[in-house]
Amino acid sequence: MQAAAATSLSVSSHGAPVYELRNVGKTYARNKVTALQGVSLTLTKGSFTAVIGSSGCGKSTLLKIMAGLIPPSTGRVALQGRPVMGPRRDIGMMFQQATLFPWRTTVENIVLPIEIRDGKAAARAARENARALLELVGLKGFEDVYPNELSGGMAQRAAICRMLITEPAVLLLDEPFSALDELARDFMNMELQRICTSRQATAFLVTHSIPEAVLLADQVIVMAPRPGRIAEVVEIDLPRPRTLDMMTTPKFGKLVEHIRSRLDKEAFI
Amino acid sequence: MTNVDPSGSASQDDTVWTETIGWGDRIPRSIQMLFVFVVFVLLWDLVTRFGLVSRLILPTPYETLVDLIFVGENLLTGGYMLAALWITLQEVFWGFLLAIFIGFTLGVIVGETAFGERAIMPYLVAIDTMPKVAFAPLFVAWLGFDIDSKVALAAFIATFPIIVGTAAGLHAADANSRMLFKTMGASRWQTLVKMKLPLGLPQIFTGLKIGSVGVMAGAITGEFLGGGKGFGELIRTASSQLNTPRVFSLILYLSVIGLGLFALVAWVQRRFVFWHKERISGSGD
Repeated sequence: MQAAAATSLSVSSHGAPVYELRNVGKTYARNKVTALQGVSLTLTKGSFTAVIGSSGCGKSTLLKIMAGLIPPSTGRVALQGRPVMGPRRDIGMMFQQATLFPWRTTVENIVLPIEIRDGKAAARAARENARALLELVGLKGFEDVYPNELSGGMAQRAAICRMLITEPAVLLLDEPFSALDELARDFMNMELQRICTSRQATAFLVTHSIPEAVLLADQVIVMAPRPGRIAEVVEIDLPRPRTLDMMTTPKFGKLVEHIRSRLDKEAFI
Repeated sequence: MTNVDPSGSASQDDTVWTETIGWGDRIPRSIQMLFVFVVFVLLWDLVTRFGLVSRLILPTPYETLVDLIFVGENLLTGGYMLAALWITLQEVFWGFLLAIFIGFTLGVIVGETAFGERAIMPYLVAIDTMPKVAFAPLFVAWLGFDIDSKVALAAFIATFPIIVGTAAGLHAADANSRMLFKTMGASRWQTLVKMKLPLGLPQIFTGLKIGSVGVMAGAITGEFLGGGKGFGELIRTASSQLNTPRVFSLILYLSVIGLGLFALVAWVQRRFVFWHKERISGSGD
């Protein structure tokens, strides 16, 4: 409870705070395991935050709390000033699997969140919007194609569109490209950066890859297990836009090395 | 980039060689099926020709063919056999409809609610393990010798696979799909209709296919045990008169009906579950 509870992130050079967590903890009643303890963090408008940690460090619990899927045991969770008490349309989420439904065309999959929240008529009206998003992610021409004709990377692009269609204030990304091969993954990470920049999106990425975290994020949150807590927040002051070439620079290497050393120390306590 | 021949020889022949393909892959499927049929009929003919089995037990293929044509004529010209077939078809139709309605409803209750799964499912499993044909006399006693008792038995047998198929189908949704629907704030009804049911259609149709086989068995068994004027009664009569060619040809016509019902379900499945490429024998390639 010592250092971690006090960790409150300074508002970085970006805009106003969008998502705020204060002293958030989670204890599962079932087995009395403390999955999360004293987590405080702020996501500012347009910032990119990555979370990294060994398994059991509570990052998926943190993500579920931020998505409004489970309630915290302690602390305050607020998005755009309003406490998060359940799933909300201003929270966009993306998973490791694209999870497109095979009986819906690409466009029909993308407007699904609108159909669920506002009904079929609103979904139909949102189709134009969906087409524009498909163009943004480079899937123009695939509007009426069924998902089984899309490659893994294309399916994840469509999943990005589905996440963006409700114009969420925050994007929660749960290892979105880890099921792709490494080449596709690098490429999709660059695409993600481009999309986030063009839309001034506030993003929160959970990942297992240190280079990926450093490449994409303004700040990397290193988490430690038992109980899940923030061990350190590493500011990444590499210039933007980031490029894949940066991954070979000494500065990049140093940041990766630093995070790795923090992880190694925490993982085996 | 130079290619170095490790053997040092000057020859640079292409390494072209032929893959061996078994005859099972080379000969068209229809020919292979025909082959099996011909061998079967030949063996059948030999067994009867040399009197290995009494004619009263096993008719010759020729006798069966002659009777097959006779029954076919009777059916086409609207004879008494067509009337019997019509009755059996009605039993099958209503039995299947009833089984689909009850099976689907119970399947959704059992597959979707915790109460259904914990409190109702054990009873359904218990009833399912009973030999359902044994209920036939009860249905006759309750519903009489008319088609109602046959419809009841047919539906009774066909309901359980549909329950199990539907319940299993509703459990087929993966964790990602469930989480996605949760994050979209979907209601329970929306989750069921827009995600769980469509994802479960392959299993639901498997249940329907098994049910379609059971419904035929139920209707005929009901006619054996409860009388009436259906096709089963014709079989029973022919059998008691030791008219085995007639029994054989009637069974063959019945199997065509059963096949037709199965194909109908499979066709509906292909229309509705167009995204799911099912690979079963008989689905064509």
